[in-house]
Amino acid sequence: MNKKAIFFLSTILGATFAQNGNAAYELNLRAPHSEIAHQIYDLHMLIVYVCLAIMVVVFGVMFYSIYKHRKSVGHEASQFHEHHLLEVVWTIIPAVILIAMAVPATKTILAMKDTSAADMTVKVTGLQWKWEYDYIGKDVKFISNLATTQDQIHGKSEKGENYLLEVDNPMVVPVGKKVRVLLTANDVIHSWSMPSFGVKQDAIPGFIKETWFRADAPGTYRGQCSELCGQAHGFMPIVVEAVSEEKYAAWIETKKAEAAAGAAGSDKEWTKEDLIANGKTVYEKNCAVCHQANGAGLPPAFPAMTGSKVALGAMWGADGKYLKDSHVDRLLNGKGVMPAWKAQLNDVEIASVITYERQALGNAATVDPIVQPSQIKAAR
Amino acid sequence: MSQSTKSYFLPGPSFWPLIASISLFLLAGGFSMSLNKIAMGTPLMVAGGIALAYLLFGWFKEVIEESVSKHYNKQVDKSFRWGMGFFIFSEVMFFFGFFGALFYARNVSLPWLADAHGLTGAHAVWQNFSAAWPTAGPSLKLEGAMKPWGLPAINTLLLLTSGVTLTWAHWGLMKNKRNQIIIGLALTIALGAAFMYLQYTEYAEAAFTIKSGIYGATFYMLTGFHGLHVTMGTIMLAIILFRVLKGHFDSHDHFGFEAVAWYWHFVDVVWLFLFIFVYWL
Amino acid sequence: MSSTTTTHDAHGHDDHGHPTGLMRWVKSTNHKDIGTMYLWFSFTMFLFAGALAMGIRAELFQPGLQFIKPEVFNQLTTLHGLIMIFGAIMPAFVGFANWQVPLMIGAPDMAFPRLNNMSFWLLIPAAILLLASFFVPGGAAAGGWTMYPPLSVQGGMSVDMSIFALHILGVSSIVGSINIITTIFNMRAPGMTLMKMPMFVWTWLITAYLLIAAMPVLAGALTMLITDRHFGTHFFNAAGGGDPVLFQHVFWFFGHPEVYIMILPAFGILSTIIPTFARKPLFGYASMVYATAAIAVLSFVVWAHHMFTTGMPVAGQLFFMYSTMLISVPTGVKVFNWLATMWKGSMTFETPMLFSVAVVFLFTIGGFSGLVCAILPVDIQLQDTYYVVAHFHYVLFSGAAMSIMGGVYYWIPKWTGHMYDETLGKWHFWLTTIAFNVTFFPMHFTGLAGMPRRIPDYSQQFAEFNMISSLGAFALGLSQLLFLYVVIKCIRGGAKATNQVWDGAQGLEWTVASPAPFHTFETPPQVK
Ligand code: HEM
Ligand SMILES: [Cu+2]
Ligand SMILES: [Cu+2]
Repeated sequence: MNKKAIFFLSTILGATFAQNGNAAYELNLRAPHSEIAHQIYDLHMLIVYVCLAIMVVVFGVMFYSIYKHRKSVGHEASQFHEHHLLEVVWTIIPAVILIAMAVPATKTILAMKDTSAADMTVKVTGLQWKWEYDYIGKDVKFISNLATTQDQIHGKSEKGENYLLEVDNPMVVPVGKKVRVLLTANDVIHSWSMPSFGVKQDAIPGFIKETWFRADAPGTYRGQCSELCGQAHGFMPIVVEAVSEEKYAAWIETKKAEAAAGAAGSDKEWTKEDLIANGKTVYEKNCAVCHQANGAGLPPAFPAMTGSKVALGAMWGADGKYLKDSHVDRLLNGKGVMPAWKAQLNDVEIASVITYERQALGNAATVDPIVQPSQIKAAR
Repeated sequence: MSQSTKSYFLPGPSFWPLIASISLFLLAGGFSMSLNKIAMGTPLMVAGGIALAYLLFGWFKEVIEESVSKHYNKQVDKSFRWGMGFFIFSEVMFFFGFFGALFYARNVSLPWLADAHGLTGAHAVWQNFSAAWPTAGPSLKLEGAMKPWGLPAINTLLLLTSGVTLTWAHWGLMKNKRNQIIIGLALTIALGAAFMYLQYTEYAEAAFTIKSGIYGATFYMLTGFHGLHVTMGTIMLAIILFRVLKGHFDSHDHFGFEAVAWYWHFVDVVWLFLFIFVYWL
Repeated sequence: MSSTTTTHDAHGHDDHGHPTGLMRWVKSTNHKDIGTMYLWFSFTMFLFAGALAMGIRAELFQPGLQFIKPEVFNQLTTLHGLIMIFGAIMPAFVGFANWQVPLMIGAPDMAFPRLNNMSFWLLIPAAILLLASFFVPGGAAAGGWTMYPPLSVQGGMSVDMSIFALHILGVSSIVGSINIITTIFNMRAPGMTLMKMPMFVWTWLITAYLLIAAMPVLAGALTMLITDRHFGTHFFNAAGGGDPVLFQHVFWFFGHPEVYIMILPAFGILSTIIPTFARKPLFGYASMVYATAAIAVLSFVVWAHHMFTTGMPVAGQLFFMYSTMLISVPTGVKVFNWLATMWKGSMTFETPMLFSVAVVFLFTIGGFSGLVCAILPVDIQLQDTYYVVAHFHYVLFSGAAMSIMGGVYYWIPKWTGHMYDETLGKWHFWLTTIAFNVTFFPMHFTGLAGMPRRIPDYSQQFAEFNMISSLGAFALGLSQLLFLYVVIKCIRGGAKATNQVWDGAQGLEWTVASPAPFHTFETPPQVK
């Protein structure tokens, strides 16, 4: 029996490891790319080796005993059942080993907690189910969404190399600079995790928690939300791009220009078709997780868009202000689980997605059929 | 008969456990429904409540009958003592959880929300929030927190006195002084009722509700559960008084009385903590 | 000996005057019948929660979404956890306590037989609430077994049902524990001093303490959750001055003792089985008792090691790291004691012993991964990844569940009067052990590499290990049907068991007939 089991196990393990053609999987912590991550890596190796050594000694004894002290080999049981010295020794030795491990661990903890003297600060907000990055003092603020397509997820097209680990708007930071990250959340708890930097910090609604990292090499680093936050918890990755300082400066400028272009769109008159086309993108990125790409929703938690009273009803009152509980109100201010979008989407995006919801997804609203970005701008 | 007290009393088959199970099922199922606006919920809860009342009366009646007909020996008596002691310990832990929440809120989360360590400064989620207790938190307003030295102080006195009168009644029981027992118990019940009345007045006059942020939540949760326990305790005392009148106890054999007395003292002690940490500090 | 309810004692018959059929069980006041009901309940829940796990592993067999929608996936993981912990493992241990504690200490029954039956019958409404919650609008609770707000505040009616189910289970556990403690303190046979009690009784005594101290705190946390959900309180909502993390503190103040509640009785079972098959007394009985007590005390001051990533102040982080590291010392002492018990014994390896040896080995792996998680900086990388899933399945499946299986094989001859089928038992053991490791060992690797837990879909680099895990899981699930078969076969027949059953077994339970008669130790035995 025993031999068979070992054989079976080793075949399975052997088969796994022999399969080196696909080198994607890993057996250990990800390659560290910050000082803290390095320390963690070393700490982990230290503990693993200590544990392995103890295992070998202790279970060496056990298997020796199992082999030698069997009735079937005629071993007689001796009847000892106490040995005070031994008992003291095997209490003290582990305690000493533990103290030895606690010392370097304590040092790393103190370093991890030291957020002082940061070169820059980014406020990161977790939302169901995406991340918002706000570069403090730089006027750069954007949302980062999963970029993997639904088709890939549902097996309708080939999965890419970074399946589920890619976003439309990565966080970009300069290499070698101490980045202080302030974390909070809008709705439920999320957790911002970046294994290569040795960072994982829960984002707690209503509270600000902080952490920091310093990327030691340029590259693209990937992590995932690490606290259950609802149905799309598995679909809100984190991507950090560490680049040279010049590239970083250039990137900041591009982001600013993008934001300006977005704001400019608010004052322009849009056609229905443009609004719908633009709205489709916005909808699929932000709304489809809950209300579904076809607008069917997931009642009762997430209402259907198709045929929705809100999406077909009037939006503006006689005074020119939006009505309470109207489509505009719901988008700007949210309700219950439905988030408030006014801080996350710009005027064009909100106007487009409202128009899309009213004119597509099986809807054709006749009252207030479309809405212009300028109206949203005024309504804020 | 006398022999039966030698061996440990083992009750015969009983329906009560099943009724307990059914009543809690109705209560829990009904409550889940009514919380979620399903009309069936309330009738189910009422049915569960009736079943629970029936259970408590029926089961305790059976136990009292067994006790009165001397089925219980010293060892059974001791079991009851252990049982009651650990039951009260579990109650202590229940309150411990809520007190823990209060301490945590006051000493950890509120300072954090107010950015007391200057961690986030201008980026704090809540600007201009100070953690001074009492508070309803950064986005709610608290009206009229409780003052300790009015009703609450009187209530403290009432409960402390009730502990004394109950002990006095117990002395009466030990010395078989019937009048002392009855007067002592009746006084204790009266003091308990007075406490509840004052507590009710306090609630009725309070300007804040359970929705008033963390202060309202901890205040009503702690005092509410305590009030519930006082109510239970008073009812239990009344039953004990009734049993005294029926002559169920003698100076050796009165664990029912003692169990309720333990419970009452426990409720007393919880109040002291409430007075200090909820009303005063 | 002649009151209404003790008449049958005088006759010395087993089931004279007792209802038969369904009423025997419904109205039972017999610790053995109640123990049997507990064990069957637990087994049923084990299979059900196992079936949920099969659903989880089917979805995770390969990347992409295949069978199960993400929100349903979360319901599966949530209910798998809740039902395994509160429906399978805890009731199984209470079942053992019911059967064995009175037999081991020479008591005629539990101290409060009617309350004992109530503790069992309360499990049924709780189970119905949990199972029915799949069918209410919005489906079952999906916020994880830990039910962290605000996510659990978002959930629908099923969250309320789960909360009330846990309240009821809490009542059941508290009443059951009071019963067990009272039985142990007050019903021991003359001469059975505390330090002569079998180790299993000791571990249950301490477990019962933990339960009475921890369950009410869970009740408090759940009550605050209910009022936050429906009555406008702000315990866990910053807008009103509350804090979502407060829930985690209260929950884990219950939760960490809870994990020891699930392992201490298992330690007791091991400490019973290993001496029997080593034919040698338990090594270091006294230090075993002290180690168990130390674990119980320490288990109340380590809770925030589940919250290392919440961003506690550094003093808190250090304190909880040190205390957690400390708790592995008494845990180690236990393992050493078992090895010393085996050392120079005269061992045989029947199924119970196979399970016990495997548990010692595999539980220690779980203990080591626990230690790795205790090192805070390392845990930052591991928190909420599959590494934690590997850790707690090594301690809970190969620690608790496999001890339960070993215990069933060990005592089932006493319960049924028949020997189980040794060949099939060994098959069950090997299949379980191998499949278990195939399922859970790879999770250490996926966890280290950063695969988050509680996700229905994962990136490509995790594909191989997940496929292996899923294959192992299916085998593990199927193997338990073999267990069911072995148990049923043993109940229905098999070689007649002697009273002693195992030649090395010590203790009062082996002095009574097999199967143990309906009433035992009506006249207390004298213990020397
Ligand atoms: C040497 C002893 C142990 C140590 C040092 C230890 C340490 C830890 C730590 C630090 C965590 C948190 C990991 C994380 O979430 O990042 C954890 C999780 C856990 N441990 Fe242990 N542990 C030990 C033994 C046990 C035992 C005996 C059990 C149960 C029988 C257990 C059950 C669990 C469970 C269920 C979780 C995960 C809970 C969850 O997040 O769902 N552990 N352990
Ligand atoms: Cu998440
Ligand atoms: Cu723990």
